[in-house]
Amino acid sequence: MYTQALNTQDSAPAAKSDPQADARFQARVDAEEKIEPNDAMPEAYRRTLTRQIAQHAHSEIVGMLPEGNWITRAPSLKRKAALLAKVQDEGGHGAYLYAAAETLGTSREQMEEQLLSGAAKYSSIFNYPTLTWADIGIVGWLVDGAAIMNQIPLCRCSYGPYARAMVRICKEESFHQRQGYEIMIALCKGTPAQKQMAQEALNRWWWPVLMMFGPPDKDSLHTESAMRWKIKRFTNDELRQKFIDATVPQGQFLDLTFPDPALKFDAGTQHWNYGDIDWTEFKRVVAGDGPCNRQRMKQMRAKHADNAWVREAANAYARKRQQRAAAMPIAAE
Amino acid sequence: MSDQSWPLWEVFIRTRNGLAHRHVGSVHAVDATMALHAARDTYTRRGEGLSVWVVPSASITASDPADKDMMFEPTASKIYRHPTFYEIPDEVGHM
Repeated sequence: MYTQALNTQDSAPAAKSDPQADARFQARVDAEEKIEPNDAMPEAYRRTLTRQIAQHAHSEIVGMLPEGNWITRAPSLKRKAALLAKVQDEGGHGAYLYAAAETLGTSREQMEEQLLSGAAKYSSIFNYPTLTWADIGIVGWLVDGAAIMNQIPLCRCSYGPYARAMVRICKEESFHQRQGYEIMIALCKGTPAQKQMAQEALNRWWWPVLMMFGPPDKDSLHTESAMRWKIKRFTNDELRQKFIDATVPQGQFLDLTFPDPALKFDAGTQHWNYGDIDWTEFKRVVAGDGPCNRQRMKQMRAKHADNAWVREAANAYARKRQQRAAAMPIAAE
Repeated sequence: MSDQSWPLWEVFIRTRNGLAHRHVGSVHAVDATMALHAARDTYTRRGEGLSVWVVPSASITASDPADKDMMFEPTASKIYRHPTFYEIPDEVGHM
C-alpha cells in the first residue's frame, strides 16, 4: 500500500532485545491493548512503525503532485473546488501522520530530509502520470479506493497515535473516492470521446493500482511480524482480493472493461480471479525507475527550496515578536 | 533540512457547545498565533470545532506509564467510593 516499499531487509544492526520485556509487550498486543508513545516497546517495533508511518506520510505529500497537476485545468468550478479540497486534505493527512510518527522519536525534519535525499520511499502509485482529466476520476475511485481498503484495518492498529490518525483520515477519504467515482460516471455517460478517455485511464491505472497492495504474501518479508504486532490485520493478497471484489462491480456499472482477460468471477469462492501482476514493473518503480520518479523528486526538492523563505520569515517574525514582548516592560517604565 | 525546528503544540478542540476540549493531535509552529492558525487548517476543515486550544507540548507534564500501578492501583480497593457498595432495600425504590 502506501508503505509497500517496506519490503526490504532492514539494514540497521539488529537491536538488542530483552526476551522478558518482549513477551510482556506481546501479551499487551495480544490482549488488544493500545501501545502509547511512552510505553515500553521492542526496538524493532518502534523502527518498523516509524518507517511505515513516515512512508505513509510521504505518500500523502507526494500524492498531492499528480492531482495538483489538474487544479488549474479542472473542467468546472465545482470540480475545481472539490479537487482543491481533496489536495488540501492530502496535505492534512500528511501532517497527521508526521505527527503520529514523531511520537516514536524521529523529528519531522529528519523524515523530510530522508524523503528529499531519496533514503525514504513513498507509494509507487504516485510515480505514474495523470495524463487526462479522466485520470483524476481514476485516482479518486481506484487509488483512494485501494487506500481506504488498506486504511480501515489500520484504524485498529496496535499503536494508538497511528490508529487515531487513521480514524480521522478514513472519515475524510470517503469523500475522495466518491468524488472520483462521480467524475467517472459523468465521463462514462458523456460523449464517446469522454467514455474512451475513461476507458484509457482505467487501462493505464488498473495494474499499478493492484500493485499498491505490495508484493504477494509469499514474497512479503515483514508480514509475519507486522501481523503478530497487530500493525497489519490482513495480508497484502487478502486486501488486494477484497479490493478487486469491491471494485469490479463498480466498473461494470460504468460499463468499462478491465484490462485483464483473466478476470473471472468464481462462483465457488465468490471471489474474482485475476491475472498475473507484473512484479518486475513494481520493483522497477519502487527502485526509482518509474515513469515519474525523477520528476516527483525534482518537484519535491524544488518546493522545499522555494519555500525556504517562508520558514525563515516565520522564524524571523517569531523572534521579532519575542524581542518586542521582552522590550515592552522597559518601554513602559 | 529546515534550519531550525519549529516547536510542537498540542491541539485541543471543543466540538460542540457544552463539551470539554478534547485532544486531537499536534502541529508545529513558531508561535502561539501561528499554531492556532495551523491547528484550524489542519484539524477543522469540516466544521469540527467551536473553539481551539493550542498548548506547547513541552509544557505538559505527564505521568510515567511505568508508575501506573503506584499512581492508580490504590483506588482499586476503595470500593466504598461507589454507590453499589451500599445496600438499600428494594422497597425503598430507586435511589
